[in-house]
Amino acid sequence: MALAKLKADATQARLAGLALPQGLETARKDALNRLAVMGLPGKRDEYWKYTDPATLTDADALPAAVFEAGEPLLFDAVERIKIVFVDGVFDPDASDDLVGEGVEIARLGDAAAADVHWAKEFYGTLETRGQTPVHRPLATLNTAFATDGVVIRATAKVAKPVSLIYLHKDQASDVMLHSLVKVEAGAALTLLENGPAAARFNSVLEVDVADGGAFHHVRAQGRDHERRAVTHCFARIADESLFKSFTLAVNGRLTRNECIIEMVGDDAVAHVAGACVGDGADFVHDDTVFVTHDGLRGESRQVFKKVLRNGAVGVFQGKILVKAGAQKTDGYQISQSLLLDGDSQFLAKPELEIYADDVACSHGSTSGAIDEDALFYLQSRGVPLQAATDLLTLAFLAESLQEIGDDGLADELRDRLESWLARRG
Amino acid sequence: MLEIKGLMADLQDEDKTILKGVDLSIGAGQVHAIMGPNGSGKSTLSYVLSGKGGYEVTGGSATLDGVDLLDMEPEERAAAGLFLAFQYPVEIPGVGNMTFLRTAVNAQRKARGEEELSAGDFLRVVREKAKSLKIDADMLKRPVNVGFSGGEKKRNEILQMAMLEPKMCILDETDSGLDVDAMKLVADGVNALRSEGRSFLVITHYQRLLDHIKPDVVHIMANGRIIKSGGPELALEVENNGYADILEEVA
Repeated sequence: MALAKLKADATQARLAGLALPQGLETARKDALNRLAVMGLPGKRDEYWKYTDPATLTDADALPAAVFEAGEPLLFDAVERIKIVFVDGVFDPDASDDLVGEGVEIARLGDAAAADVHWAKEFYGTLETRGQTPVHRPLATLNTAFATDGVVIRATAKVAKPVSLIYLHKDQASDVMLHSLVKVEAGAALTLLENGPAAARFNSVLEVDVADGGAFHHVRAQGRDHERRAVTHCFARIADESLFKSFTLAVNGRLTRNECIIEMVGDDAVAHVAGACVGDGADFVHDDTVFVTHDGLRGESRQVFKKVLRNGAVGVFQGKILVKAGAQKTDGYQISQSLLLDGDSQFLAKPELEIYADDVACSHGSTSGAIDEDALFYLQSRGVPLQAATDLLTLAFLAESLQEIGDDGLADELRDRLESWLARRG
Repeated sequence: MLEIKGLMADLQDEDKTILKGVDLSIGAGQVHAIMGPNGSGKSTLSYVLSGKGGYEVTGGSATLDGVDLLDMEPEERAAAGLFLAFQYPVEIPGVGNMTFLRTAVNAQRKARGEEELSAGDFLRVVREKAKSLKIDADMLKRPVNVGFSGGEKKRNEILQMAMLEPKMCILDETDSGLDVDAMKLVADGVNALRSEGRSFLVITHYQRLLDHIKPDVVHIMANGRIIKSGGPELALEVENNGYADILEEVA
């Protein structure tokens, strides 16, 4: 019981300074009650075995220096609907009008006040479902206390991506945002997310994709070296729907990206991928993915690549759960790390749990150093050692970038990554 | 052009001496061939000259136009004009052949203080050279050597050589794994590059390649040394009688 007491105390300490924001009272109070039962995670929790959540759960966020990139924002060349948050506060001047063809967009606070019924009813539902079988208390904390976010409903194939830009200007900012996406039957939406958001960032994104709908998600989490983030994406996808999510994480002191996908419909497709570049002994990057197949002929892919150097730590916890009756499931999972020195670590926990008898599921995980033969081959052609290493690093990450459905966006991320590698950080 | 004197080298991991005093002098515009039994140190010589890790030079010298090669990084040797066509070209997944070629060409130009080639100029040159080696657009787009046949890999080596325009080319068993037609194609590619300012060192087991790439001098290497040198007739002698006579003769 001592542990439970410690946990309860830690949770109370975290909640002491927080007040429930206005609106969405029912969902927020429900979340608070659920959180009281669960408690915030501690490093002795199995699900946090490899990543110590202390700095994510402490009452006070540690400061993070603001990184001056000195380059245009990602996706600047893309025609899109921009929505800008500065340290979690909506910036109307920097944002576009929240209108678009085939899409309804509102801020979370406004949606609650303006009786956007679907949003009120939807808020927190997928987060709640996603607590089984594994608790994700930081997401529940977010549902209770998120101060803002965006609610998006796509009713047709939306041509312009909706682009959330999270700027970080205050080195002490501690931010929780919660966004909702509903893709109606046959509709399609691309959501871009970019930026560090805050010194400490907790985000929840709930995505509901109806029959035949498509959701594309491309995200880059900024380059601030000291920012800490825990993000959650909860998705529920229906018949013949498509869900694709890609995340690029470079730098950041601590990142935990959780993606929980429930494939409830038949013939649904879900792809989650990520590329990460970590440098330094205090770097931890954790991808935690949970894909549930609960329909016929579902296809899921998880492709995660991490490049780690100077003692950086990478974590991958990926699960494919195939429920009884989810026949003809095709589940695939690969996690790979490129360790640029002997001090870096990659900790992987691939899991398959299958209750149907006619499925094809596979998983793999590898860790390796850079290919010396390839390095020499490049050098022998005149490519200097560092450039050759960068080229091979980029090649290693390329497989995950290929998972992005849009070539233009993939090329932009690749180019950016190349220039970041060349500038060393 | 290339001056090798008393070159000695060990294989580090196995603490084994492979090169036991190699002497070789190749003049500008010359083609030299090295033949020799398996394990005589031919490939090691090519690796030591190009700077591959895992070998320790324990004595002697190697210079290219008077510049000490052994003191340089592999990429510096390349920029100085040395090129090794690999016996087993390396596959590099995720790196496009075209990107690889352009990176290499521009890295060398930069190292020599020359201006980098523009994308357009590069493309024009590479297409023209690829065509003569029967390398199609698809091969240029694919990742370096990935899924290439043996012949395609060797042609790709010659394409790199053509693009990089080195002074001193070492061909390490470029004929291995090639059928007669592919060998002809590769040899034509090499011959097209022959010029007064460019020298070749052709390492091979078979006289057949030397029918296509005619050498000025043929060396026989055995047990880490050059034991005999002569004209093209030496290669024919090996073809007909094997190495036994020669080894006996010098023993």
